[in-house]
Order: sequence, then C-alpha cells, then structure tokens
Amino acid sequence: MTAAPTPLRITGAALRRDGRELWSGLDLTVEPGEFIAVLGPSGAGKTTLLRAILGLERLSAGTIEAVGAPVRRSGNRRIGYIPQQRPLPRHTALRGRDLVMLGVDGHRFGLPFPRRGDRDRVDALVEAVGAASFADRPVGVLSGGEQQRLRVGQALADDPGLLLCDEPLTSLDLANQQAVVGLIDRYRRDRRGGVLLVTHDINPVLDRVDRILYLAGGRFTLGTPEEVLTSSTLSGLYGAPVTVLRAGGRLVVVGAPDATDTHHHHPHETPEVGL
Amino acid sequence: MNWSDIGDALFGGLPQYGAILALVQNSVWAGAVLGIVGGLIGVFVIQRDMSFAVHGISELSFAGAAAALLIGVDVVTGSLVGSLAAAVLIGWLGARARDRNSIIGVLMPFGLGLGILFLSLYSGRSANRFSLLTGQIVSVRTNELGALIVISVLVLLALLFIWRPLRFDSLDPQAAAARGVPGRGMSLVFMVLLGLMVAVAVHIIGALLVMALLVTPAAAAMRISSGPLAVPLLAAGFGFVSAVGGILLAIAGTLPVSPYITTISFLIYLVCRGVGSARERRGIAR
Repeated sequence: MTAAPTPLRITGAALRRDGRELWSGLDLTVEPGEFIAVLGPSGAGKTTLLRAILGLERLSAGTIEAVGAPVRRSGNRRIGYIPQQRPLPRHTALRGRDLVMLGVDGHRFGLPFPRRGDRDRVDALVEAVGAASFADRPVGVLSGGEQQRLRVGQALADDPGLLLCDEPLTSLDLANQQAVVGLIDRYRRDRRGGVLLVTHDINPVLDRVDRILYLAGGRFTLGTPEEVLTSSTLSGLYGAPVTVLRAGGRLVVVGAPDATDTHHHHPHETPEVGL
Repeated sequence: MNWSDIGDALFGGLPQYGAILALVQNSVWAGAVLGIVGGLIGVFVIQRDMSFAVHGISELSFAGAAAALLIGVDVVTGSLVGSLAAAVLIGWLGARARDRNSIIGVLMPFGLGLGILFLSLYSGRSANRFSLLTGQIVSVRTNELGALIVISVLVLLALLFIWRPLRFDSLDPQAAAARGVPGRGMSLVFMVLLGLMVAVAVHIIGALLVMALLVTPAAAAMRISSGPLAVPLLAAGFGFVSAVGGILLAIAGTLPVSPYITTISFLIYLVCRGVGSARERRGIAR
C-alpha cells in the first residue's frame, strides 16, 4: 500500500447547537495508524464531533476531510462507526452474524438477494473479532461484551480508513474492555487506519493512545497523554482548579466541573471521576 | 340461541360450500395477498415499535371511508386518503416514540368520532356501516377487491426494494445513518407503505381489527425465530393462514369473517409464545 489517504483532517471547525458554541477553532489531523482518545465532560460535544465527521451534523465554520475526501453528504461508508451502546431488546429478530451483515449490505437498495462473497466476508469479520462461537445466537441474549465485538465487526465491514468509536467500553467488564480495545488496536496497526475513540474513562486505553483531544467548556486541548493529563493543563482548560492523581496505576481527575452550560440540564450529575 | 342455531351459524353453509366458495373466491385471493404482505410489513412495524401507530392510522382510514360513503365516492379511495393523511402526519410529527404515541392518542378518538358522525349521517344500506369497523370481506365488490390486491402487490414490491436499508434503519438507526441510509426518507416511505396496507386491511377485517393481520403474525414469528429470512417467511405464512383460513371457515356458516381471522392469528401467537418459552427454558438458542 502506498501513500494511504490521511484518515482525518479537521481545519478551523466550529459547531453551534441551540445557540451555544460546542467548540470552535478545532484543528486535528489523524495520521494513518494513529489512535486518539476524545475526552471531556458530558455535554462537551464529543458525540457531536463524531457525527460531524460522518456528515450527520453541519459545521458552523471550517472543513472536515475524511479518508481523502471532503465531508459533504450524510453518512460515509469509508468510515467505520461504533455508536454509543444501546443494548438490543431481547427479542430482536437478529442473530449475531446478521448484525455484522448489516454493515456489509444494510445500505443496499434492491431485491434482497445476497451477492456472491457477502457470506465469506461476514464469516471473515466474525472470525476476526472472535465472535464465531456465538455468531449464530440471537443478539438479544448475548452479553454486552459479545454485542460489542459484533459491532466492531460491523464497523470494519467496508475496510474503513477511519474508525470512530463512541464510548465503546461503557458497561463492559475489565476482560471485555481489554478484548475490545485489543481489536481496535489491532485494526489501526494492521490496516493503518486512524482511530478516534470517545470515552469518559481513559484508563482502559491509556497505554494504547497516541494523543488525547480533551474538550471542555467550548475549548479544547490536544497532545500526548503526558502533556494533556496534568493538573496544570486541565486546570487551564477548565478555568478551575483540577487535580490529576495517579493511584494504583490508574489516572483519576478530581474536581473537574461539568460542561459550563449544561448545569441546568443535569443538576445532579457528579463530576467526572473515572477521568 | 340454542345449540342448533349455533350449529347453523357455524356450519349451516356446508351443503353449499362449493357454490359459496366459487362466489367468494376473489375475497380469498384478496385475503391471501393481504395476509402475506401484512405479515411482512408487520416485521417492520414491530422493529420500529409502531403497533400503536397501526391502530391510529386505521381509525383515520375508517373516517376516510365513512366520509366517502356519505358523499357517495369510492370507499377504497376514501380509506386510502384517511390512511395516508394519518400515516404522513404521524411520521412527520412523531419522529420520537414518545411524541408519536401521544400524537396517535390524540388522533385516534378524533378519527373514530368523525367516522361515527359520517356513518350516522349516512342513510344508505346499514350493513356497510358496521363492516368498516369490524370488516366483512365477502361484501366487498369485485372491482374494489381488484384495487385492494393491486395496492398490496405494489406495497410488496416497494417493501422488497427497500428491504435492507429499512431493516438497518429499523434495528440500528445510528449505525445506518452513519453508513448513508437516509433515516428520514426511510421513515416517510415506510409510513406511506404502512398507510396503504392499513387501508387494505380496513376493508378486509375492519378498522378495529387490523392489528390481527399487521402485528400479530410478525409478533408470533419473532417468538420462535430470529433469522433474517425465517422471521419474514414465518410472518407471511402466519398472516396467510389466518386470513385465508378465516375466510374458508367463515363461509361454512353465517358468522362474519373477522372473528375467525382474529382467533386464528391469536392462536398462532399463543402457540409460538409457548414454543418460544419452552425452548428458552431448555436453553436452546432460537
């Protein structure tokens, strides 16, 4: 493979929603094989950033170029996307491999006959995410970790040049968190694709990420974990005293206020503690 | 009513069964097509959580048909107009499930009330009045039956054409949108197709009972299977058996068709539920 297109290039991007600027002046280039974690309090616009990259939200300023092409239309099959997890209802008419299949043929109009090769592709994806043993069971009875592996398989269906993950580790136990992070890490090493992973807890991915984008209060900080995750950097970003503690190999942020304008939406929300 | 009356009501037509069947064969065809297409669209009705919408659309379809009866235009056209207006309105105003249910709750009694008003103003044959609510397919005229069959076949073709994107959007709307499936477009097209099928069903089993063919067969299928091919095939099969079986049993006596259809589809659901729970208890994957 020669000169793979840059997975993501964001230039001077700003996004307003409900009269509030979520972020502005955002410049971010994700290099092939780079793994970037997106952190920040709820309401900081992390999910909205992913949706803007997919063309599902319109920027108020700036441009986004994803996998070598400017973002114009809604949706982009050159980007893999793992939406924020929402457990599937128990009686969903879908088996594990069908969830992966949706990534292969779910966008196709026309009589629903499978194309030659679709089956092999689904088999290969199921194998790649280690889901072969439960791929024929209904998704509704699978565990959160099993469902999430299948979602990774679905996201990788079209060999994407960029992978966007929105809180992919929430409500998974430690072993499953490590398994899913391992799959994402292998993707960016083998495929040399870029990864943008939104998370509220940096610890499960701390030793894998190259850089961190920290969004808070309409501002942002971008840099390596060592640069971003310090008491002085985060205090500057929040404009309030914030302490980063290291305890038992884990990072904990203490005293981070919630996103500035969301207090009235979430009056009882506790400050981020896992990070 | 004594036992012999009941016997007559159930089986009084048996001696002339062949002759009656020949008279109503077009109804059997219409029932067969509605059963199949209704079962298929039901899979999406359940996946999109729209069972209540089916009921709401049917009441406005009833109002449209009653208005048509009153002003003397084609009843099928009237039901289509009411149905599509309700479907588009619900699709447009009620993108989110919670909004949708309250909008349907508001529209439904209004539609039913309008329909009852139109019917009480109507001075024609009174058998027509009741049949829009509780259905009587064997009284539908042949040219109307033809229209119902054509509409059902068109819905079937459209449904097959958008099958995969509609399924993706129904099961996993965020991932579908990320891959370029137009969510709003799918929703609108689906509501129009649903509106068309509800209008057809109103004429065959009546506005109050459309769910027996548009929801129950698919719900039963999902109890015993989860395969992408098995569920729609089973749902279509259950719909077909309910509709055709109901008509064939009804013409043996003098009772209306609808209770037969609703009972068969309910029994199928009960059996599927039992089989599904028994399997789950034994821990067998569906």
